[in-house]
Amino acid sequence: MRDKALLISGGRLIDPSQGLDGAFDVLVKGGKVSWVGVGKPPVEDSARGETPETVFPAGGMVVCPGFIDLHCHLREPGFEEKETIATGTRAAARGGFTTICCMPNTQPALDSRATVEFVLRRAAAEGAVRVLPIGCITRGRQGQELAEMAELAEAGVVGFSDDGRPVEDSRLLRHALEYSLSFGLPIIEHCEDLALSKGGAMNEGVIALRLGIPAMPAAAEDNIVARDIGLAELTGARLHIAHVSTRGAVELVRRAKEKGLKVTAEVTPHHLSLTEERVLGNEGGPSIHAYDTLAKVNPPLRTRQDVEALIEGLKDGTIDAVATDHAPHTQADKQVEFESAEFGISGLETALGSLMTLVHSGQLELGELISRLTTGPARIIGREGLGSLRPGNPADIVIFDPEAEWVVEPEKFASKGKNTPLAGAVLKGKVLATLVGGQFAYREGSGKLP
Amino acid sequence: MSVTEQERRVVETPIAPPVWRHRHILDVDDFSREEIGLVFVTADAMKDILAREIKKVPTLRGKSLVTLFYEPSTRTRASFELAGKYLSADVVNVSASGSSVEKGESLLDTIHTLEALGAEVIIMRHPQSGAPYLAARNSKCSIVNAGDGWHAHPTQSLLDMYTIREKLGKLEGLRVAIVGDILHSRVARSNMWGLATMGAQVVVCGPPTLLPESFSRAFPVTVERSLERAVAGAHVVMALRLQKERQEKGLLPRIREYVSHYQINRERLAMAEPEALLMHPGPVNEGVEVSSELTRGVQSVIDTQVTNGVAVRMALLYLILGGRRPVARSEDSARPPGPDSSGFRSGEPAEGGRSQ
Repeated sequence: MRDKALLISGGRLIDPSQGLDGAFDVLVKGGKVSWVGVGKPPVEDSARGETPETVFPAGGMVVCPGFIDLHCHLREPGFEEKETIATGTRAAARGGFTTICCMPNTQPALDSRATVEFVLRRAAAEGAVRVLPIGCITRGRQGQELAEMAELAEAGVVGFSDDGRPVEDSRLLRHALEYSLSFGLPIIEHCEDLALSKGGAMNEGVIALRLGIPAMPAAAEDNIVARDIGLAELTGARLHIAHVSTRGAVELVRRAKEKGLKVTAEVTPHHLSLTEERVLGNEGGPSIHAYDTLAKVNPPLRTRQDVEALIEGLKDGTIDAVATDHAPHTQADKQVEFESAEFGISGLETALGSLMTLVHSGQLELGELISRLTTGPARIIGREGLGSLRPGNPADIVIFDPEAEWVVEPEKFASKGKNTPLAGAVLKGKVLATLVGGQFAYREGSGKLP
Repeated sequence: MSVTEQERRVVETPIAPPVWRHRHILDVDDFSREEIGLVFVTADAMKDILAREIKKVPTLRGKSLVTLFYEPSTRTRASFELAGKYLSADVVNVSASGSSVEKGESLLDTIHTLEALGAEVIIMRHPQSGAPYLAARNSKCSIVNAGDGWHAHPTQSLLDMYTIREKLGKLEGLRVAIVGDILHSRVARSNMWGLATMGAQVVVCGPPTLLPESFSRAFPVTVERSLERAVAGAHVVMALRLQKERQEKGLLPRIREYVSHYQINRERLAMAEPEALLMHPGPVNEGVEVSSELTRGVQSVIDTQVTNGVAVRMALLYLILGGRRPVARSEDSARPPGPDSSGFRSGEPAEGGRSQ
């Protein structure tokens, strides 16, 4: 069956890859972007009068390339009670993400061709959006010996990471960086000095002191960021710093970039918007709501000063991408004592609304935000065809209302992970439709999900 | 240091009639000065009961209390158990070892089981900070925190303050030096809040690994590194227990070095006010935090703390179970002990706490 053409009309198109921000229409045909412009699409590209294209009226809305998430946890295989590829990709579609990179800390870990191919097969069969796996750096994420990185690259991974933990052995990490030079794929590091952070369950500071919670200092992150940058300089390889959360780490990445090193970085929506005080509960101060495990995440929520430095880094390009670090967990994983609770926030479905707070408050331009969700991450994984609405590219498109307010209701998430500290919050900025390859992966109010 | 009856009344009479609003006792950081004062006057009445030959009143007859201890404890658990029994409540003790906890039952499952068994109050001690908050959010029972991780030990703080008030007649304007492993101490944390609320000036002292400088930003206290300066002019010197594992974890070079710099001994205690109180939440490592000669010395009130603990816990159990009931309904099971049956002096504290 031949797809009908779709004209997305009357919206504000923002495509940083082409430097576009204005009243442009987009014509989608055959799963690809066929035309972007003003007025009537050229005749040869329209449906020649006989089968007029479907029109999506996008007045008052923003139309932009689908978002790319460099960092999420789909939990399959191994932890299907937390999330599956089917549910995680639907959550992504609802959040406006058309491509997501899943981390390899599954069970078994994605350290072999077989496991990577399993994920790709599952995603092709059941996924609502594109899934690009990230492979392990070390076998079984054990930090002992390198995973078969060449085989993983052939299987289709877009980067390597032992996410959840760093490669502790500096020599082994050096070799991983060197070895990665043959494929040009980034080594993605979770930067945490495990000796310093040992036993820690939140940021070290005044709140942890008050609550008596063992804490991890910002220096635990900064130390490993500094070490890794040193190794990137030594090897000339590509290093990507996952979920930067401290002012110190932002400054280290900034200096590395000034030196011309191949270092990139990402930041999460929660580190851009929440602070350690959220562990006290929604009300702050002494209350029964303290020790809120929904605010337990690694790296931990930091201080106001860190948040400001992260926003500044995102704005000046020190930080290339926003990545969700979507980490779904069951209620049983979170309804326990604070130190026993799992780390992580279910973030795909709240990302845009949460990030739009920065735009509405004037801290970030809308175009800057979109570039960090599209061209920024696309460049890091070397898929510039994604994250761009240049004619000929796949029609991965998100349409959102920047002014629409909505209440976060986790029980309505597509994700199995209802674990968000934003439950009940009012966010301004709502995804209305997400297209992957020209097909609706999500459309607001369409009832049942595709 | 006796206190005249008039002074005593000034201390005891709440400025404004307080209304008891705590269903749970999680920490003292949300207690007002009036509420702490109410605990004190209620404990005074309980102390009178304890002085009697038959120290038992029917006040909490028909109420069920469970002590749920995930950490070993002698004095706190026994103190709560006796407090409940002197008030005629049924008390059951559950400890993590030998219970379903060892079979992997979660805290909330355990709480719900105890609730289903009919417990009205769960008194819990847990090695993780905040565990009682989780329980309180998810239970219909009253949760009493008998110590959670490094975070809080509200009943210890209240009995410490009660003991100071009893011995010195007041808390306001006193200088209290807390010495030792502040970082890992739930007793210190609760006392910092409680004492500050009551108008005392708190100085904390210890080595930087056990007392980060940022404590002065997190709590209403002054951080002092020199023990001599911390103790100078203090009305109360409180030493904390030092766990041997602090040395193993590299926080201290040697216990011996700690002793030479931070032990409360005769010379150091002499720098405090004459007749200053020496306190310790126990159990004491003899010869470590406090020199052996002082532990049982004239200035030591360590045993009084333990005795007062029972009265203060009786007061708290009474307040959370009976104290909230309206006067008109006080004839039934939660009957406040009247002068004839219990030794409460007339007019207080039962009514004082509830309806005035």
